[in-house]
Amino acid sequence: MDVQRKLEILADAAKYDASCASSGTEKRDSSDGKGMGSTAPGMGICHSYAPDGRCISLLKVLLTNACNYDCLYCVNRASSNVARARFTIDELVKLTLDFYRRNYIEGLFLSSGIIRNPDYTMEQVVSVARKLREEHHFRGYIHLKTIPEAADALIAEAGKYADRLSINIEMPQETSLQQFAPEKDVRAIRRTMGRLRLKLDEAEDSRSAKTKAKPQRFAPAGQSTQMIVGADSATDHTILHTSANLYGSYRLRRVYYSAFSPIPDASRALPLVQPPLLREHRLYQADWLMRFYGFDVGEIVDERAMLPLEIDPKLAWALRHRDRFPLDVNRASREELLRVPGFGTKAVERIIATRRTTTIRLSDLARLHVPRHKALPFIVLSDHRPSPHRLDEARLIERFKPKATQLGFGF
Amino acid sequence: MQYITLDTETDFEGWRKAARSLVLHHIEPRDITWAVQGGEAELFAPPAPSPILEVSDGTFNVSAKFVELAKAAILHRDGERFAILYRLLWRLKDNHDLIEVATDPDVAQITAMTRAVHRDEHKMHAFVRFREIGRERAAHYVAWFEPEHHIVELAAPFFAKRFADMPWSILTPDLCAHWDGHALSFTPGVGKSEAPGEDRLEETWRRYYASIFNPARLKVKAMQTEMPKKYWRNLPEASIIKPLIEDAERMTGAMIANAATDPHKPQKRPEAPMKRKPAADDLETLREEAAHCRACHLYKDATQTVFGEGPRSANIMLVGEQPGDKEDLAGHPFVGPAGQMLDRALEEAGVDRKKVYVTNAVKHFKFVPRGKIRLHQKPTTPEIKACRQWYEREVSAIKPELIVAMGATAAQSVFGKITPIGKTRGRLIDLPDGRKALVTVHPSYLLRLPDPRAKALEYQRFVEDLKIAAGLQKKAARAA
Repeated sequence: MDVQRKLEILADAAKYDASCASSGTEKRDSSDGKGMGSTAPGMGICHSYAPDGRCISLLKVLLTNACNYDCLYCVNRASSNVARARFTIDELVKLTLDFYRRNYIEGLFLSSGIIRNPDYTMEQVVSVARKLREEHHFRGYIHLKTIPEAADALIAEAGKYADRLSINIEMPQETSLQQFAPEKDVRAIRRTMGRLRLKLDEAEDSRSAKTKAKPQRFAPAGQSTQMIVGADSATDHTILHTSANLYGSYRLRRVYYSAFSPIPDASRALPLVQPPLLREHRLYQADWLMRFYGFDVGEIVDERAMLPLEIDPKLAWALRHRDRFPLDVNRASREELLRVPGFGTKAVERIIATRRTTTIRLSDLARLHVPRHKALPFIVLSDHRPSPHRLDEARLIERFKPKATQLGFGF
Repeated sequence: MQYITLDTETDFEGWRKAARSLVLHHIEPRDITWAVQGGEAELFAPPAPSPILEVSDGTFNVSAKFVELAKAAILHRDGERFAILYRLLWRLKDNHDLIEVATDPDVAQITAMTRAVHRDEHKMHAFVRFREIGRERAAHYVAWFEPEHHIVELAAPFFAKRFADMPWSILTPDLCAHWDGHALSFTPGVGKSEAPGEDRLEETWRRYYASIFNPARLKVKAMQTEMPKKYWRNLPEASIIKPLIEDAERMTGAMIANAATDPHKPQKRPEAPMKRKPAADDLETLREEAAHCRACHLYKDATQTVFGEGPRSANIMLVGEQPGDKEDLAGHPFVGPAGQMLDRALEEAGVDRKKVYVTNAVKHFKFVPRGKIRLHQKPTTPEIKACRQWYEREVSAIKPELIVAMGATAAQSVFGKITPIGKTRGRLIDLPDGRKALVTVHPSYLLRLPDPRAKALEYQRFVEDLKIAAGLQKKAARAA
């Protein structure tokens, strides 16, 4: 089988993993003339976008899609009839470097089906990274998937070469993982995340310690995970509760939500419908509220409940807490401003800097990049005060619902 | 009327010099016309530009933020940029804080221009596609790009740092950037026909692009927001976007319609992980069983069961409250800050830690997540009760002579009922089964004391309590 055909099979097999970022790592470049590559400080670079709206930042492939495990939601499960392939380490190294030289990618995101045993699989994955870093002095981004229960030494080596490590929690509830992925053990996944966090903490401590010893390197872009949404009966509350726990326990940089989408040769046990993309989107919004806006899970969604699909979670929160509005933009605290629908973190910073010297007026909203229709019922400006009736109106929500449109590609 | 001509479209230094002189000569914005040498001639332009007036001794400062904005905004293709920048500078002279006013029209416009320039720079970093000329060691990489603004000089250093070991050129209609492996250089713009038309890897790249796309998640608008069509004509993968979209619905429909097939039966089934058979009620069996404990709900959010550790032959058993953050992650009791405090106190009291069995009354970490940290929560009576079975079985496996209960939770587990520490602390108490118990505080209590004097005092009391255990350990060693 030629490399091109392998690439088709092994990229196809990797496309259900939602993570793609190449951000948040240490700053590196190759200006010393040895080797090639650099990392973009701050945000990563998306080199292309696929028609599914997702960015292509890294060469995202599996080393092999052969797998011992039979996880029902996975296209690569042992009992699936898909074509199988396996890259040699050298093929993958060459492909990564060739793509990188042409500026198609920021680096490599390598995962693998589990073959033989966790240690063997992890060793293969680490070998690719080792070769890229040690033999080719590749300075681009590397994201490796950690195989649960792999030996500690392999995990330490993976962290030495990789910018980010990830391990997928797969399902938001333990019971669904037992049902859909009988060979996977959520305890083993969590134990591995716990080990990763201890190593991340150690590396961080060694960086901040004022000793002359060279700081120990371990996955400077941290760890992330993915949860499949819509394959089991978990509610949004369960999902977000799981996320909050993962963020707090293992200092994950990101939890990715992946709407379960139909796969070729799917199992009968799973819902074969269009993926719940809107639900996925709302979960990402809720996730942001937790991470950047100081919301608690309990505030965003009630126990056993789902996020509304027609409006975003912050707007839904504001409509449930109308007694806290309208808010005077020229006086309110940062925490209060962050809770106004339509106000993003950057807009809030701009507002706070601006109001030190001048009063904010209605006409200023556009220059602050705030969507007027969303924010106006909730705020007071020097020349705007919403009618008290409007905020009490039962039909206020209708204002925000999107207008019905014809389905189409909009192409 | 002043008619100022700058050397190039990106001549920030020239603009800065002229602007500085003009401000110091109190020349109002409306009295200046800005142009670029060789650019389109102004309708009413005079035959020769005004000379830059000598700067008198006056001086003024503007914020670094303005300079930063101006450096980027000047790269914008809008012909009005020099004038808008000057107008803003003119106003900043008397109102230093104006630059922070995001709602001011001039500030907003300059900020928007800056954003557009940086976005274009970012897109250039992303969408340049090199094509290989020659092979292997003699290869040269050449790209064609059409930037929206005058950003070639701004964006080029990025490529020099990234592709330091290969010679490359980026050709654009405005300006071309070259890297020979050592230094950057720039030459005038060229036409697209100067650039190579194809690369041997482009077909492979297109295959990858097609395979990584999930047709069941079509979101064309989202794609176009980030990758506007204006960039498509120079992206090798863009040629297959349209066919992929057209085929997406059909493919998704087929996947849904074809649904399930008979599962493929792998020839060789992987061996299932070995389950250890319970032998006797020894520690290993207990540990394995406890790892799957569901007696209360605490297992749900905790990482793992943190079971007791120490030699089977221990005659002293230390019981703590519950694992903390570190213990939960590592899977071992007393490895965090409280564990270090305990180690120190044990050593000082003369207790050999290696000969002691250490465990907790509750074996799962109880907490509430607060952003990036986990706030420790005190276990409730039902949780302590649910976990007591493990404590009891540990006691019957180890058969210790002395059980040291550290803290109220531990005491509750050891005595089977709520037992205040104050009344029982620091003396040996007989347990119904003939063993002895000793009650003391939990080392984390010492960590929490804010007053250093009280802390030192309490620590000494803790060591004194542990000395009772040390005496017992020595007596047992002599007897053996």
